[in-house]
Amino acid sequence: MELVQRDQLQSLIDSFAGKDVYIHLETTNGSYAAHFQEGFFNAGAFIRNIVVNYELGKVAGDSPHRIGLKLPSGWIYAQGITHYELDEHGRLLMAGLGPDGKLAVAFEISETPFTY
Amino acid sequence: MEKERHVLVIFPHPDDEAFGVSGTIATYIEMGVPVTYACLTLGEMGRNLGNPPFANRETLPMIRKKELQASADAMGLTDLRMMGLRDKTVEFEDDEKMVKLVTDLIEELNPSLMISFYPGLSVHPDHDATGRAVVEAIRRMADSERPKLYTIAFDNNTVEQIGHPDVHHDVSGVTERKLGAMNAHASQTVWMMEDMQKRLDAEDPDALRWLKTEHFYTYTF
Repeated sequence: MELVQRDQLQSLIDSFAGKDVYIHLETTNGSYAAHFQEGFFNAGAFIRNIVVNYELGKVAGDSPHRIGLKLPSGWIYAQGITHYELDEHGRLLMAGLGPDGKLAVAFEISETPFTY
Repeated sequence: MEKERHVLVIFPHPDDEAFGVSGTIATYIEMGVPVTYACLTLGEMGRNLGNPPFANRETLPMIRKKELQASADAMGLTDLRMMGLRDKTVEFEDDEKMVKLVTDLIEELNPSLMISFYPGLSVHPDHDATGRAVVEAIRRMADSERPKLYTIAFDNNTVEQIGHPDVHHDVSGVTERKLGAMNAHASQTVWMMEDMQKRLDAEDPDALRWLKTEHFYTYTF
């Protein structure tokens, strides 16, 4: 993955619009957050291989970017995106990596299902 | 360490075996005791991807699978089972399916000793779920048939709740293998091991104790 180049990421997001696509979306503080910092309120969410068809997708803000997808009757968004790549399977992989190299958010779009 | 008929180790993540059990595994293997390690997931949801990143969410499992195999090689372990579950979902699997997974392994291997996590005191939900399945599978066996169960517990309240470990293994004969297992999981341990190697070089007593001894809680039914 490389640092987000906003125009290139925008055209990749445009290229999946109007198609049935599989989504991976995840936010995390890690399972050890409350172990290392007592009282830490640990929250996160994860969905994988949910099929949607978005009409409009946008990259917003300066890095770390926000990415929003407008669905026929709803929304998906992620914030904190710093890195991206189009992998060898044609999947758009986006991630928000902290300065410590730890993933805080992942947002992925693919025309084929992700593995289990 | 006593000779065992067969040792069955069950943990959810590649690298769970490395920090506190790899010396025990390697020592049993050197004693000629057959050891099986069933690793439930490939650590798919690990957060260490680096910045700049060395992996992404989709490539991390392949990297960790290779690291797990390399760790097994370092310990001399030949019976490594990858059970195909997904990281961070173990507690959401059907409880009976999890017990059956453990029971099937017990029936196949007839272990005299099992090693896993102490349920409720192992911090990560996957650790606790794994420990629960192991405890339940053994609890359902007849008293006389049950293998011993050694557990790892490291919740901040562990000592308060269950005191200190009662089993202490001298693994000083296999320190190279233990360090090999730790270093095999580079994607997870490279930062920790840089620090650890410095402490070992400086003969820090805590680091040397970590390297040469391993501690377990015997689970009583």
